[in-house]
Amino acid sequence: MEKFDVIVIGGGVVGTAVLRSLAAYKAKTLLLEKASDVATGASRANSGIVHAGYDAETGTKKAFFNVKGAAMFPSLTAELHVPYQKTGSLVAAREGGLPALQALYERGVANGVKVEVIDRKRILELEPNISPEIAYALYAPEAGVVSPYKLTIAQADHAVINGAEIRLEEKVVSLEKTADGFAVRTEKGEYLASYVINAAGAGASEVNALIGEDAPTETHAVGDYYILDSKEAGVVNTVVFPLPDEKGKGILVAPTADGNVILGPTSRKVPHEVAEENEVTREGLALVREGVGRLIPCVNLRSVIRVYAGTRTAVGSDFIIEESKKVKNYFMLLGICSPGLTSAPAIGEYVAGVAAEALGLKKKEKMRPLPARFHLTKATEEEIEDKIASDSAYGRIVCRCEKVTEGEILEAIRSPLPAHTVDAVKRRVRAGMGRCQGGFCRPRVMEILSRELNIPLSKIRLGDKGSEIAPYEVKDGYEKV
Amino acid sequence: MKKFDVVIIGGGPAGMAAALGAREQGASVALLERDDRLGGILNQCIHNGFGLHYFGEELTGPEYAKRFRDKVLADKGITVFLEAMVLSLTEDRVVRAISPTAGLMELHAGAIVLAMGCRERSAGAIALAGTRPAGIYTAGMAQRLSNVEGYLVGKEVVILGSGDIGLIMARRMTSEGAKVKLVAEIMPFSSGLKRNIVQCLNDYDIPLRYSTTVTRVTGKNRLTGVYVAPVDEKMNPILEKEEYIPCDTLLLSVGLIPENDLLTGTSVEMSRVTSGAVVDEFRQTSVPGIFSAGNVLHVHDLVDNVSEEAFVAGASAAKFAKGELALSETVSVLPSNGVRYALPQKVHQGEGKVKIYFRVDKVYRGRTVVVESGGEVVKRKKTLVMAPGEMQNVEVDKALIKGDLSIYTEE
Repeated sequence: MEKFDVIVIGGGVVGTAVLRSLAAYKAKTLLLEKASDVATGASRANSGIVHAGYDAETGTKKAFFNVKGAAMFPSLTAELHVPYQKTGSLVAAREGGLPALQALYERGVANGVKVEVIDRKRILELEPNISPEIAYALYAPEAGVVSPYKLTIAQADHAVINGAEIRLEEKVVSLEKTADGFAVRTEKGEYLASYVINAAGAGASEVNALIGEDAPTETHAVGDYYILDSKEAGVVNTVVFPLPDEKGKGILVAPTADGNVILGPTSRKVPHEVAEENEVTREGLALVREGVGRLIPCVNLRSVIRVYAGTRTAVGSDFIIEESKKVKNYFMLLGICSPGLTSAPAIGEYVAGVAAEALGLKKKEKMRPLPARFHLTKATEEEIEDKIASDSAYGRIVCRCEKVTEGEILEAIRSPLPAHTVDAVKRRVRAGMGRCQGGFCRPRVMEILSRELNIPLSKIRLGDKGSEIAPYEVKDGYEKV
Repeated sequence: MKKFDVVIIGGGPAGMAAALGAREQGASVALLERDDRLGGILNQCIHNGFGLHYFGEELTGPEYAKRFRDKVLADKGITVFLEAMVLSLTEDRVVRAISPTAGLMELHAGAIVLAMGCRERSAGAIALAGTRPAGIYTAGMAQRLSNVEGYLVGKEVVILGSGDIGLIMARRMTSEGAKVKLVAEIMPFSSGLKRNIVQCLNDYDIPLRYSTTVTRVTGKNRLTGVYVAPVDEKMNPILEKEEYIPCDTLLLSVGLIPENDLLTGTSVEMSRVTSGAVVDEFRQTSVPGIFSAGNVLHVHDLVDNVSEEAFVAGASAAKFAKGELALSETVSVLPSNGVRYALPQKVHQGEGKVKIYFRVDKVYRGRTVVVESGGEVVKRKKTLVMAPGEMQNVEVDKALIKGDLSIYTEE
């Protein structure tokens, strides 16, 4: 049985942040993820906002890790080549909303966040398309937008090139204490670990139950989103929120780090069993449209290219980030909902530090840096010519909407954490994320995957098991091949 | 830097016909195609029904494409760039492209013909509610997977939309043993050709329900079913009448969108109705020297019309490049009363005839199409039936044009 110093359960933005921070130590580490890729749960489908940190109650873990995490984003995203822009954010209020803004302002100051209350004139300088109803706003210049799945993937890749292992499609089915650590059994194998970190997101309570820790009841809130065509970029410059209510930070309008416009989310409570189905509802979309109309009424919904839903899993009102008192060397990360994305890098550093101390791990001299991916759309003419000269696949455009070359897709398939599904390729290089949504490039991406992985096209999946895209051969009598 | 009289963007039926049209005028031609072969979407249209008008015989898509491709490839005056994707173009006719063999290239054109075709409207564009499993495809994607790759997407199928590709795929999937349970069309009429409804649905007893839409889809990894419901006059689904249909496949045939993204940032005047450029009878856009033809200009239902239109565009582009396209004043073509759009939108006064293509906004029986100019009727044409899915045309004598043309239907 393979033995690891630390096993991390769950490959979301938090789990991979922990893994990456652990990779800075001399240790044998493994991350187990039940899905076909990292970033397939809440880390895939969220607003992609780096929150400034005024929203969380002062003194909470949310406030602490949010503020600490947000400060890490500029250098972290540069180091990992992840799309990020410090756009600033506005909480927009109508006439009469000033007291509520003032309260947020004070909380921001108490949390150590740069905030100011601005009037309509200043708002218009930032957001010329703001609704005429909006009179005041809380401006947080340090807020930003990031690609949440690209961050997760980059953290995973960075951990892997620094010695960490990641095993996909290995759901943990049992977790037992042994004399000197843990026996972790998955659908595929069994591993030993000295230390276990539960970062299983929506499944974290279930994992807790496996080891006999408290399994608090989770609440799952599904949010519906719209993504607009990149030609609408410019309709909004900052992250524009309404005044928050008891359900959360409300329906926002924001640019995405990759150049689209995002609208949403709603907040619909759903039972645990369907939390991961991420169902978009017509009612939810209607609420988003209404909410957006109150902030930036001129948003062009004819330019929608995608609707999706994501689930935020909460346990009580604060994050649970603590070492178990019942089970030695077991760390729990539960209810990491918003601002979990912003907090993740800081959580990763903290948790890795706790585990390292418990095991007496030593830091490595240095970490190998993560090489940047080639992006045709971001490269200079000279770089493009060089790339094509080195491999003509960099001159062959597969995704015409996002101008993604075959060379970039091959890089994704050969990444430290290899992409082996169509969606995994999409999250890494944006093939299929444009206005035709893969109408043209999906069969091409499938061909490339089939060739590279040496498996028939019929086995190529969109994502998880059972998501084969074209499972039958023509004239094969309809036996699944 | 390379110089050509005419640079044609797109090597499908429109681009190939435009190349031949330009060659007939003796122009040097560059034909840029993003795929690794000429022919465009025709290569995946293995059914027949192509060429009845243009060649007077019934061909399959690949056969129709081959007729043009053979001529294009045999013509030394046409330089074909395969796997060449155009990245940008300017109003002074500089085209930047990339290909695996040529790398980045810059072509300077005497005239440009846009022939990029169209794309299918996606599930995202119609804000389809429900989960996000495998099993949801645009009809054309499923067509490519079956006819080019040799793989079928599923076996229990619902089709949303009754565009031609959806209808063709209903028959195709049925012939491969799949069960097409329903074709749902949100409009009270089909946007497809009558002959496809007869030959692809009726002949196989595939039900088609009008004024019906898919309200949401279910299934986590693979589609498990769809909900359908009738819609009211405002196209809103009547959810009390929602009905569940188990299936593993949903094909979307909900519209085609001309792929004019290259024109972003240029001043080429666009039509909100066609999503293509506004053109004159030579298919010249509002920017001199930039021409447009085929499905990038407006979505056609017959490839024969694409070839005819693109040949004119190519020939006119060649004349422009040589400074031989003499143009007089234009008048506008203004659709009304049942005519949803007419093309060309501008016509030059002068000699000869001009064919005006148009689509109606719903099904009309026994109507007369009237064209007026300067307050006088210049053409009347009686019709038996006109449907939005079938492009109509009417020919007008240019000598009769005294002012803006108005085209409309009357009882």
